[in-house]
Amino acid sequence: MAVGNKSVAEMKPGEVGIVAGFTDDHLSLKLMEMGCLPGSAVRFNFTAPLGDPVCISVSGYELSLRLEEAAAISILN
Amino acid sequence: MTAAQRPKIALLGNPNSGKSSLFNHLTGLNQKVGNFPGVTVEKKSGFSLMPDGRTAEIIDLPGIYSIYPRSLDEKIVAEVLLDHNSPNSPDKIVVIIDGTNLKRGFLLLTQVIDLGLPTILALNMMDLTAKAGISYDFITLAKKLGVPVVPINARKGVGLHELKKLMAEPIEKPAHQIFQVWKEAETPVKELREQLDIDNDYEAYQFLEQPQSLKFLTRDKQDVVEKIRKEFDFSPGKFQGAETIQRYGYIQDLLNTITLKESDNSWKKDSARIDKILIHKVWGYLIFFGILFLIFQSIFAWAELPMDFIDGLFASTSTYLGSVLPPGVLSNLLAEGILPGIGGIMIFIPQIAILFAFISILEESGYMARVVFLMDKIMRKFGLNGKSVVPLMSGVACAIPAIMATRTIDNWKERTITIFVIPLMSCSARLPVFTILIALIIPNQRVLGFFNLQGLALMGMYLLGFLAAIFSAWLMKLLIRVKERSYLIMELPTYRIPKWSNVGFTILEKTKAFVIEAGKIIMAISVILWVLASYGPGDTLSKARESVLSESRNVKLNEQDLADRVAAYKLEHSYAGVIGKGIEPVIKPLGYDWKIGIALITSFAAREVFVGTMATIYSIGSVHDEDSTPIKERMRAEINPDTGGARFTPAVGFSLLVFYTFAMQCMSTIAIVHRETKGWKWPMIQLAYMTLLAYVSAFTVFQLLS
Repeated sequence: MAVGNKSVAEMKPGEVGIVAGFTDDHLSLKLMEMGCLPGSAVRFNFTAPLGDPVCISVSGYELSLRLEEAAAISILN
Repeated sequence: MTAAQRPKIALLGNPNSGKSSLFNHLTGLNQKVGNFPGVTVEKKSGFSLMPDGRTAEIIDLPGIYSIYPRSLDEKIVAEVLLDHNSPNSPDKIVVIIDGTNLKRGFLLLTQVIDLGLPTILALNMMDLTAKAGISYDFITLAKKLGVPVVPINARKGVGLHELKKLMAEPIEKPAHQIFQVWKEAETPVKELREQLDIDNDYEAYQFLEQPQSLKFLTRDKQDVVEKIRKEFDFSPGKFQGAETIQRYGYIQDLLNTITLKESDNSWKKDSARIDKILIHKVWGYLIFFGILFLIFQSIFAWAELPMDFIDGLFASTSTYLGSVLPPGVLSNLLAEGILPGIGGIMIFIPQIAILFAFISILEESGYMARVVFLMDKIMRKFGLNGKSVVPLMSGVACAIPAIMATRTIDNWKERTITIFVIPLMSCSARLPVFTILIALIIPNQRVLGFFNLQGLALMGMYLLGFLAAIFSAWLMKLLIRVKERSYLIMELPTYRIPKWSNVGFTILEKTKAFVIEAGKIIMAISVILWVLASYGPGDTLSKARESVLSESRNVKLNEQDLADRVAAYKLEHSYAGVIGKGIEPVIKPLGYDWKIGIALITSFAAREVFVGTMATIYSIGSVHDEDSTPIKERMRAEINPDTGGARFTPAVGFSLLVFYTFAMQCMSTIAIVHRETKGWKWPMIQLAYMTLLAYVSAFTVFQLLS
């Protein structure tokens, strides 16, 4: 169901995109409940000093995700 | 007023929505912490006076994002909402939503409304909302949702009078359903509603969706649900994603209608600026370790004074009672068994209070989520989780509250590993043991100009415990194989100044939990150990005085010396002494004799009892922490009859230090692990593992050094 051109895990700090879909059904349920919905804008804020987890802004608040979780969100930008 | 007339009101909301502030404001000191029946999820409840003079029971439900459960906490909320016959079933629900971000809170709100429960919406943080430049049309919002809406500021207590008025008034159940069940689900939902007499569609739908949350139903009813699920080929979870999307669609429309002015998010700039420093590659870790250092420093430095005070208070009360009560078994039990037992619990209160003051401040300010963020990758290498950091830190004060703090870890494997390794962190009960042993075998001198050698050794013991914990976690990670996936989808809340009354409530709550949980076990063990140490086979103990007199006929003893020697004689010939002698062959390879054996046994209630037992057995009377010279000197002078040299050689001292670092030696921890893991499997594995680790390490140390 992923139609985006890349995943959140591949974004750079400051980069923005639109959530296109998810590559993991199970994770998508949790992510959508947390407001990470297809069509919503997502901004990549920063990564933890060791490169994982990462912090994104979505639906008006800041969310931290592990890289493997971020990789399940495909985006368009 | 009877409990039946008392309105029961549940507080429900997302984590960080300000639910605890509201709960603390409503109930004040009138709150208690218990457990939901059969599970280890904390149930906070309290009483609040309504404007009409009635008292309402307020239940603080765990913070959740949706009624579809993933963690234990979430499962409980689902059950409370679905089971109308439960004693916890609320008459009304107050849903608290952070006013600066309605969208996500609305997901949970619409689910609760669809369940048909009488609901009040409390829009919290109205001060921040105003500051952010956001404004809403509350009247339209209330009309659209069909529930009353109250703007509040839970931190300052603004708007609570209006909220309480609504809590006391009768409210209609929400009339309309926001989410319409799918075409395919309509028939099974209708069928189920008829068969089980369920009031509303969404509730019946949830019965079908959540097979794991229906334990409250009778077997027969569960079978009915299962039968319908099979008959109509209803697979739980299949439409959950679509439901979420449909709800958010409705929410977006609603927000478009009621939002008069949106925020440009500029109010979050300060928070983002703070993150630049606190998440920084270098500064981030430096600040975190600085804070850790400050916490340890405070636990040991600030807690010393009140601890000495408590210690002195119990010692003098014990002596006083011993002198005024009529001599007899009961008086002895009270003065020598029960009272010191209570003292042994109270002494830890200052350290636990200080530790939880810090943890609560870090959590209130929003920094704790950053600690999880900073540490997650490192912790994961060892089978732990970023959320394991706080429990491990707490373990330095006491394993009991630390193990209770692991409930926030959703993943079963990571939580179990965290619980498993916490007792290896050097808790404050080990400190008196470390102090006396280090004083005995490490010279009090400085190295490199300003490092105190004894201080370094003490730090080394803490490091050793930490390394053992990390290594054991890594070992467990390799051994436990489960399919369950681990998540870290977590909100990073905006930084805020901590609300000090919330900090106070946390301190009170955690200290109380410790006193009750650890207290009852330490008490029981203290009494048992008192019996073991006060009674012996035959009549040897009643003849102790004569035996000591005849043994020491050639020595001139004053009354005090004699009493001390009688005490030592009694302990030697008591059941504890018999057991100590019995285990001597086992502990001999570690360099210990039966006297140390007795101390190993008596310190099973609380490790610091080691010091007191040593004092008794070396017949120097009672000692106080501030003056360990007599016991130290006496231990130093003790001769090992096998070698003719000192008993406490560096080899024996290090062996004991290592033993106390690794051994479980704490009945309360075993009991709490049993409760938290719901079985004897983990506490027994843990006990066996730690005893083995302690034995093998102490053996190796002793054999290498001697």
